[in-house]
Amino acid sequence: MDRIPILKMGSFLLVTIQVDLYDRLALNLETDLIRMVSETNTRGVLIDISAVGLVDSFMGRILNNIATISRIVDAQTVVVGMQPAVAITLVELGLTLAGVHTALNVEKGMELLHKRLGSDAGGGGQLYDNSE
Amino acid sequence: MQGEGGSFMITLSKDLIQITREQDVVTLRNRVKELAVKIGMSLLGQTKLITAASELVRNMLRYAGGGTVTLEVVLGDKVTGVRLTFADEGPGIADIGLAMQDGYTTGKSLGLGLPGAKRLVNEFSITSEVGKGTTVTVIRWKNGL
Repeated sequence: MDRIPILKMGSFLLVTIQVDLYDRLALNLETDLIRMVSETNTRGVLIDISAVGLVDSFMGRILNNIATISRIVDAQTVVVGMQPAVAITLVELGLTLAGVHTALNVEKGMELLHKRLGSDAGGGGQLYDNSE
Repeated sequence: MQGEGGSFMITLSKDLIQITREQDVVTLRNRVKELAVKIGMSLLGQTKLITAASELVRNMLRYAGGGTVTLEVVLGDKVTGVRLTFADEGPGIADIGLAMQDGYTTGKSLGLGLPGAKRLVNEFSITSEVGKGTTVTVIRWKNGL
């Protein structure tokens, strides 16, 4: 079955989507991620979509679901690298991804996760007060 | 079919894709992208058109089990565009006005498909007959906003 690989790094999960997503693939990713988040000691999920040329309402909903469910099982999700054309299209489509943290690139995304989780996650993260 | 400003539209190329399973969606997206690139559409224009196509083809698969998509390069009022026609023989839509509203769905989706797709293209028309099927036609012009 078609799957997108999920890498575990400390208490973070990293996903880099390098292919065009279709519904089944996106659904599998959702299932796999949520299972891994709850089975392992995951505090943060980073999803890199810089190679994705299209996010439609279905994939947007999957991203939202992953973030929402992760939060319920005490993990933070950050989506990084969204192409500007994809971002503009998403908003015009009517999707705001309100529940998802976003960052410009992987580096900034990792920074954001470290900040949000403080020093107890990922190793080496400093304790910041990231007031919301 | 009438183009922008009431002038006639000329079809420059025409292609047909049968949609029967989810993987056909990827094929369709790629073909739409090829056409958009060929006529020199901007990256944003391409992304909007492909996203609209993705929404419409998903509707076709989900509610009608598939159908056919006609891909055309058309020449309107001195400008080229990509016209896509999604035709299915599914259950049809009883109330198009309702289906075009943001957030309305009979399935489990977000209800953004039809109204969202309309916002992403320059021209949009839909006809449907209950028990017969639905046809959605969209155009995105090369220089469309």
